[in-house]
Amino acid sequence: MGAFQIDFGESRKSKIVGIDLGTTNSLVAEMDLTGPRIIEDPEGRKIVPSIVSLAENGKLVAGEPARELLLTRPERTVYSVKRLMGRGVEDVRDELKLFPFRIAEDSESVIKLKLGNRTFTPPEISAAVLQQLKDNAEAALGVPVTEAVITVPAYFNDAQRQATKDAGRLAGLEVLRLVNEPTAASLAYGLDKRQDGVIAVYDFGGGTFDISILRLHDGIFEVLATNGDTHLGGDDIDNLLLRIALEDVQSEWGTDLSTDSEGVQRLRRAVVKAKEQLSFVSESTIELDYRGRKYQRSIDRALFERLIAPIVERTLEPCRACLADAKMPPEQIDEVVMVGGSTRIPLVRAAVERLFKAKPHTELNPDEVVALGAAVQAGILAGHVEDKLLLDVTPLSLGIETMGGVVSKLIHRNSTIPASATETFTTAVDGQRNVLIHVLQGERELVKDCRSLARFDLKDIAPMPAGLARIEVRFLIDANGILNVTARDARTGKEQTVEVKPSYGLTEDQVEAMIRESFEKAEEDMRERQVREARVEADNILAATEKAQKNDAWFSLSQEERKTIEAAKRELQTVYNGNDHHAINEKIEQLNRATTKLAENMMNTAVRGALKGTKID
Amino acid sequence: MQALSRDYYDFFGLDRKLTLDEEELRKRFYDLSRQWHPDRFSRKSAEEQAQALEATSILNDGYRTLRDPVKRAEYLLKEEGFPIGEQRSKDVPPELLEEVFELNMTLEELKSGEESARPQLEAAKQNFGRVREEIDVELSTLFLKYDQAEAQSETAKQALHEIRGVLNRRRYIENLLRDVDRALNPSAAATVPLEEQL
Repeated sequence: MGAFQIDFGESRKSKIVGIDLGTTNSLVAEMDLTGPRIIEDPEGRKIVPSIVSLAENGKLVAGEPARELLLTRPERTVYSVKRLMGRGVEDVRDELKLFPFRIAEDSESVIKLKLGNRTFTPPEISAAVLQQLKDNAEAALGVPVTEAVITVPAYFNDAQRQATKDAGRLAGLEVLRLVNEPTAASLAYGLDKRQDGVIAVYDFGGGTFDISILRLHDGIFEVLATNGDTHLGGDDIDNLLLRIALEDVQSEWGTDLSTDSEGVQRLRRAVVKAKEQLSFVSESTIELDYRGRKYQRSIDRALFERLIAPIVERTLEPCRACLADAKMPPEQIDEVVMVGGSTRIPLVRAAVERLFKAKPHTELNPDEVVALGAAVQAGILAGHVEDKLLLDVTPLSLGIETMGGVVSKLIHRNSTIPASATETFTTAVDGQRNVLIHVLQGERELVKDCRSLARFDLKDIAPMPAGLARIEVRFLIDANGILNVTARDARTGKEQTVEVKPSYGLTEDQVEAMIRESFEKAEEDMRERQVREARVEADNILAATEKAQKNDAWFSLSQEERKTIEAAKRELQTVYNGNDHHAINEKIEQLNRATTKLAENMMNTAVRGALKGTKID
Repeated sequence: MQALSRDYYDFFGLDRKLTLDEEELRKRFYDLSRQWHPDRFSRKSAEEQAQALEATSILNDGYRTLRDPVKRAEYLLKEEGFPIGEQRSKDVPPELLEEVFELNMTLEELKSGEESARPQLEAAKQNFGRVREEIDVELSTLFLKYDQAEAQSETAKQALHEIRGVLNRRRYIENLLRDVDRALNPSAAATVPLEEQL
């Protein structure tokens, strides 16, 4: 660890990677000389399933191994955790009916998930996926990976973005930029080379839906408007089919499979497989062979399309709102780009084509295009890509609570970010020392209909009569879409302390504590490994010594020399079972020194033997 | 490091005119974005990064203000010492008194469930929409008057004074239209275009 930092920290030889942290699948990509490229894992796989499991040794494993554990150890495994990022327990009540999330009793503003007998927050779970991607990238690139661009749904609110950034930090990644998924996809498509124009990006993924409308001009990607639904995706289609299949099984087998986690997971896989096939063939079969019983149901595309039509329709409403916000009639959209696995569904393609009156682009793999775009953005940040620039917007209006539970809007949705607003606050009572500002996000007028982001406590205001204080508060949404609040006393110009209490997120202290804990864990892991390695070496030298003691050379040593070796052996055996690898290594070294002459003598015997033509061992 | 101007016209390097060429403004916005966007400063010092963030926020806030004729005029008025009222004016423009009174009655009727009031409201919406269009024409004429007058001259001040009056009237109409839209389509309140929420 230490050597790593000394070698690479200063010279920044590390590489910025682009990461698509998806609901169902995640990918990591890099920018090389020829362009963006997906990085494969050592087995040659591009996709890391966003599934995390608590292994028997108490560590979180992510990706393919966790996918297997989802079947055998469902109570220790979790997937689609992106749906829970930056959300509170109340928000996810509906999801709980459909997803096997086990929420811990003591969840407060941040949800805690139970995996086996331990609990983890959604950022910690996501960090395990990121860690896996980081490991894959380091293995493939041969350099440390400490900086990343991570993509988020364009319609993610502040808390969801913050949670993603926290996950990055927990995985040991500095998140240089959060990029919106549809905008990242537009970078990957490189449509700017072809023409100036207006494009729409329709991004229908595993758990989220986004639509963005962009103007392209000479390498500038200017987002005009964005809209979406952070809880609408392929998962919803799976759940719909799963419900039907579960009912079938109930009536055919007479057993309720829904209470059997493994059975549900197997049936879910069967349903997903059938769904995916239906994008290419006109009929497929949901097949389950479970504990000696079989279930089969064929489903044709017409029925499938009837079933999913309401879900597809739900994506069109945000599209229309987005067109209205961009002040663009559909005819003015030159190109439509399709992103996300769910855009393979023919009905989805047809609906999009009908709405935008343009044939959608599907040339790039919809599963990979977001990660590729993230890599392009990484190239922009590294200074390697100079001809492109992304100007993104904030998806939701930002406001503060005013009298009567009304929200006063400060920064409107679809404002290009970074964006800022300044408001002056004062005190209501004589001698008041604090002012509490409640910040919300959303389009509605009443506090109860908007999303609470955080309460900012302006502290240590100089005591004075009511209404005299002048605290100037600056709300700044940065290029990541994350809110920063600063305050100063307008009379003295002095910076004012602001304490942030996030409504649905980890506080800075909590994140710090988790990072510390993970460092401690990492150190513990490292110590364990060092002890294990030292013992292996001790085994080797002890075995070699014992073997040598049977050799003629052993008897060529003086009694004194033999005693020293015996003593060194005993001392090594004494420390062998301890947890101090330094002590073990020290005794190994001691035994090594004591046996140097013995080894030499053996060598000589061997050479002599060889010269005599005698076979030695 | 160069000092940043917080004045939007200065930042864009534009003359303080109320009539602006939209294409020219956008071109400058893109050029300045290329110069200042935080993406360009990712490998620079923390100080330079902070300045880039600051510059881009002025740039973006400025572009939002200047590209919209009404916001642009409100900004210039404020800068020239003609601040427009903090909150929306409650004073009914005298020439609209009668119509507004009638409209409020109809609004109440629809709110209390009398669907028969709907066509009347639709008509009122059309009518006030036309009034807004007339106001916009009036505004562009006044913009020219201001732009052609010598800076700080009596004519310029007179123009600004008139613009302020017209803007107040426009704001009043905007609010009326918003109320009508809400009454006609209560569930769509969340998707009312932003300009009308202001």
